[in-house]
Amino acid sequence: MAYPLALARLNDGAKRFVLGLQDLAYMTMRVIARLFYPPWYFRETLEQMHFIGVGSLGLIVLTGVFTGQALALQFSYELGAFGSKDYLGTVMANAIIRELGPVLAALMVAARVGAGITAEIGAMKTTNQIEALESFGIDPLKKLAVPRLVAMLLMVPMLTVVCDVISILGGWIIAGFIAHVSTTIYWAAVRDRLIFGNIFVGVVKPFIFATIVAMIAFQNGFAVTGGTKGVGRYTTRSVMISSISILFGDFFMTKVLFSMLGWKF
Amino acid sequence: MIELEHVHFHIGPHHIIKDVSFKVHRGETKVILGASGSGKSTLLRLIMGLIRPDSGRILIDGEDTTGLSQTELREMRKGIGMVFQEGALFDSMTVGENIGYALFESRRVAQAEIEDRVRDILNYLGLGEELIDRMPDQLSGGMQRRVAVGRAIAAYSPRIMLYDEPTTGLDPLTVETITELITRLRDEKTMTSVVVTHEIVDALKVANSFLVISQGEVRFDGDCNQLRLSDETYVVEYLAPFRRAIREHAII
Repeated sequence: MAYPLALARLNDGAKRFVLGLQDLAYMTMRVIARLFYPPWYFRETLEQMHFIGVGSLGLIVLTGVFTGQALALQFSYELGAFGSKDYLGTVMANAIIRELGPVLAALMVAARVGAGITAEIGAMKTTNQIEALESFGIDPLKKLAVPRLVAMLLMVPMLTVVCDVISILGGWIIAGFIAHVSTTIYWAAVRDRLIFGNIFVGVVKPFIFATIVAMIAFQNGFAVTGGTKGVGRYTTRSVMISSISILFGDFFMTKVLFSMLGWKF
Repeated sequence: MIELEHVHFHIGPHHIIKDVSFKVHRGETKVILGASGSGKSTLLRLIMGLIRPDSGRILIDGEDTTGLSQTELREMRKGIGMVFQEGALFDSMTVGENIGYALFESRRVAQAEIEDRVRDILNYLGLGEELIDRMPDQLSGGMQRRVAVGRAIAAYSPRIMLYDEPTTGLDPLTVETITELITRLRDEKTMTSVVVTHEIVDALKVANSFLVISQGEVRFDGDCNQLRLSDETYVVEYLAPFRRAIREHAII
């Protein structure tokens, strides 16, 4: 009997997964459609931009500087084995602008902002505040989701650029003081990699990651049931799904963007 | 006037509301009584258009609201005020912002005018103007409920008020203040009201008529005298501990 039970569980799990995807797609369509008609909530959007952008800056700077330094240590050791330490700037720029900057910034935003959005909307739902909004003729998606999505779309790319710059600066500290790579060579190599393709990949990804984090946070926030315990459960779920989706999405986006740019493997 | 005609509503396999019909006339206060989980709050949400019935019709002042689009429903809701369980005040806003919220959102009223309106409402509710900058979590339960009533009536001067357990968990003195506020709103502004509660003694203070429901079905619909005389088994059992209070109220 164990096999049919396992199969039934697998079937249920698959159905839940597809249903979750369907809900997410429906939520995304509803929120994006609301971007294009009034009322516009400028004050809320600015507040969210401040919360997401300014509020996450410290976290992004710390993440960027330490990751950049660790990465530079790793690369300088390996490149040193081939006598190619002068390429440290090149690999740092490629790795950070194309991959680590967007992914790290998105993961940090998912942990800080995605969790915050889910918890806030979830708490509002459990205390009937969402229904209270509706009772005043206010569309909760328009009021709560749209300003947060717009703020995410504007702030996550900016945070990614900050993360890129700080990581590369962190790498430069290691290059100069530990790997003994000349500053001129390091920055020349970095500048050399600031090509259209790298910048394009590094800028497109944050927009997609911002949308993923925001939508998963909205979907979970509006789905909260079960009081304060439910808020905690859905918040954890939101961060977990966002993080996995960022890593999963990054792989596919890298493949697609490389194809678009005509870069061969 | 509010009319429900053969309304059904279910969630998954559970039939929450089964063939419910009743009317609330203009200026009347109908109290919906019933045990926890009987579908009382669901009826309020159906009237407010927050959820849609599976079948049946809900008419507000003669207009069938069951077929309205979301946009039309939002407009309709402006004519109805709702006080939620525990108040449901916006906890990130001050008392003043809560009361003036709908006016602020309407974007047609100047800030100074909103502040004047908020002060008028606070005075009408018997709350001091000094509360205007307090946060909801700095208020007592009774104050929160009164602010919730104020928020509901501040903007659009609704002709219908829905109260979901307005006195639950409050001390007797505060209950008296809330019930007095409900009757004052009905009498001074000719508001049609529906009050959901399981506090029968409080219900007697505000009701013109009663609706008793159990497991989503109407077991009684009538006034206090009819309630006293009802021989419906569920009603008799449910009201048994309160017979004396009902008898006294019916005589008065």
